[in-house]
Amino acid sequence: MDSLYLAWCYLNYNKVRTFILIGCITIIAALPLALEILLNESEHQLVLRAESSPLLIGAKGSALDLVMNSLYFSDEVPETITMAAAEQVMDSDLAAPIPLYIRFKARDFPIVGTSLDYFDFRKIELTQGGMFTVIGQCVIGAEVAIKLNLVPGDFIVSSPETLFNLAGVYPLKMKITGVLAPTHSADDLAVFVDIMTTWVIQGLGHGHKDVTKTTDSSVILKREKGNVTANTKLMQYTEITEDNIDSFHLHGDQTDFPLTAVLAVPYDEKSGIILQGRYLEKETPYQIVRPKEVINTLMANIFKIRNVLDAVIMLVGTATLLALVLVFSLSLRLREREIDVIFKLGCSRATIARLLGAEIFIIVLISGTVCAGLLALVLQYDQMLVRNLFI
Amino acid sequence: MIRISDIDFRYPSGEFYLSIPSLSITAGEKVAVIGPSGSGKTTLLNLVAGILTPGKGSVSIGNVEISSQHDRARRDFRITNIGFIFQDFGLLDYLDVQDNILHPYRITGALNLSSDVRERAHILAEQMGIADKLNRHPTDLSHGERQRVAICRALLPGPKLILADEATGNLDPKNKVHILELLFENVDRHNATLLAVTHDQELLPHFDNVVNFNEFLQTETL
Repeated sequence: MDSLYLAWCYLNYNKVRTFILIGCITIIAALPLALEILLNESEHQLVLRAESSPLLIGAKGSALDLVMNSLYFSDEVPETITMAAAEQVMDSDLAAPIPLYIRFKARDFPIVGTSLDYFDFRKIELTQGGMFTVIGQCVIGAEVAIKLNLVPGDFIVSSPETLFNLAGVYPLKMKITGVLAPTHSADDLAVFVDIMTTWVIQGLGHGHKDVTKTTDSSVILKREKGNVTANTKLMQYTEITEDNIDSFHLHGDQTDFPLTAVLAVPYDEKSGIILQGRYLEKETPYQIVRPKEVINTLMANIFKIRNVLDAVIMLVGTATLLALVLVFSLSLRLREREIDVIFKLGCSRATIARLLGAEIFIIVLISGTVCAGLLALVLQYDQMLVRNLFI
Repeated sequence: MIRISDIDFRYPSGEFYLSIPSLSITAGEKVAVIGPSGSGKTTLLNLVAGILTPGKGSVSIGNVEISSQHDRARRDFRITNIGFIFQDFGLLDYLDVQDNILHPYRITGALNLSSDVRERAHILAEQMGIADKLNRHPTDLSHGERQRVAICRALLPGPKLILADEATGNLDPKNKVHILELLFENVDRHNATLLAVTHDQELLPHFDNVVNFNEFLQTETL
């Protein structure tokens, strides 16, 4: 008997119905499983990163925004603090401060302004080139290099914060000096620069022609006793090179320059607790958080949402399955004449049931295969999907 | 060939009752069954085919008393010894013509689908003039062509008995005679017996014998 052959003929002839059934079953099966994989992966990524980041100091406000921005480079930029916060940690002798200024982007990838200590702390190594040594240079994460097809020696330009602000800061063309090894974390998708470079991007530091030596009178507004005032015609450099690096300078006191956070790495557990205690005073403009605690709170909330989501998926799945049963039983009614003919020809009821069972088997088999393929794809790209969808 | 002795049949709903004291059809005979709608003509075919079993009496085909056999034996006997032709052809739209003709072989273990059977199906299709339509689906065929496919399906296992339930009922007058001639020709070629229900009085002269439910049998609608 050729139950599978006949079932295949039927399904092949009724292609639209078959595709709809396969689609419905695949979605019912794949959706909760894919969601489970992605949620598990996001939990894994969030917790792992949070556990490896002991203390974070930032402006008072949302602890979650602070952690998400500092650890996962999310778009939500917290209130800024100043470089003084980092120096305060350094002066405490309780922890090593790693300044972070994460606000700008280059071709949709976050620019992380920090110090070289960051790479030692995260144990990130280079696969190509070397670390940035002067302002205007950068190293890129492994996935940035792959996605943008960049290698050391190439350039990447920072994105202006607002395109329509003509008086705003010019984009900075940064030379790539190295590519970082993959870490399967947010670091793979970031462009790292020295903290001073981010201040240059913000316009707090810049380089231009020496106005005291220029002879172009259309640039000079006023010249008196060694003080020269230039107008906006004075060209600012948009790239820091060996030739113009000496002309780059910062205006003002560096301790007042902005940071989004300071990653504090206590020398020991006791130092960490003491440091944390120092930020409990109401007068301090800073907050200090343990990222692990913040993420645990977040995960507890996600867990609640996940339960609700699971219940919704179960309900929708049950409703869809019932609808499928209805579709199938209605199609049986439509096929009553066909079943009667087959029976009259000499086919047993059991064989008729086997024929219908073969149809269900093929549909479930194809749905299962498609579902497995989809889940394999989700598993393959879960880290990327989590970073793009959840973090 | 067919011997019916003193049978009584009543559907479970109890609304219809059929009683046939005696009916014999000899091998190779072509017999028409006529009578008004609801008189029990199709019930007679179902009793002969072993689809229904009488409450009393016996139905024998050749040496086999089909009415006393178990379900499975009746089914196996039916699919190997009886060919069924339906008024609405009973073809499956999702199978092409070739698969429709071979269909009985795909739904039972009693028949073995070999290359020889496929060859015979092709020859039969040629004889019925549908060899060029083997890869088409029934929905692509005319009514006459569909009935030829149904006849091929009924004849392929080489049955000794063909049961036709208003086989020409859906055909135009020209096609009716033509299909009937084809059916007779192939029944003769296979040395089979034909028991055909019909409403068409014009076709009766083509048959060897006629069973008239009005005159010959005792039926009763309760």
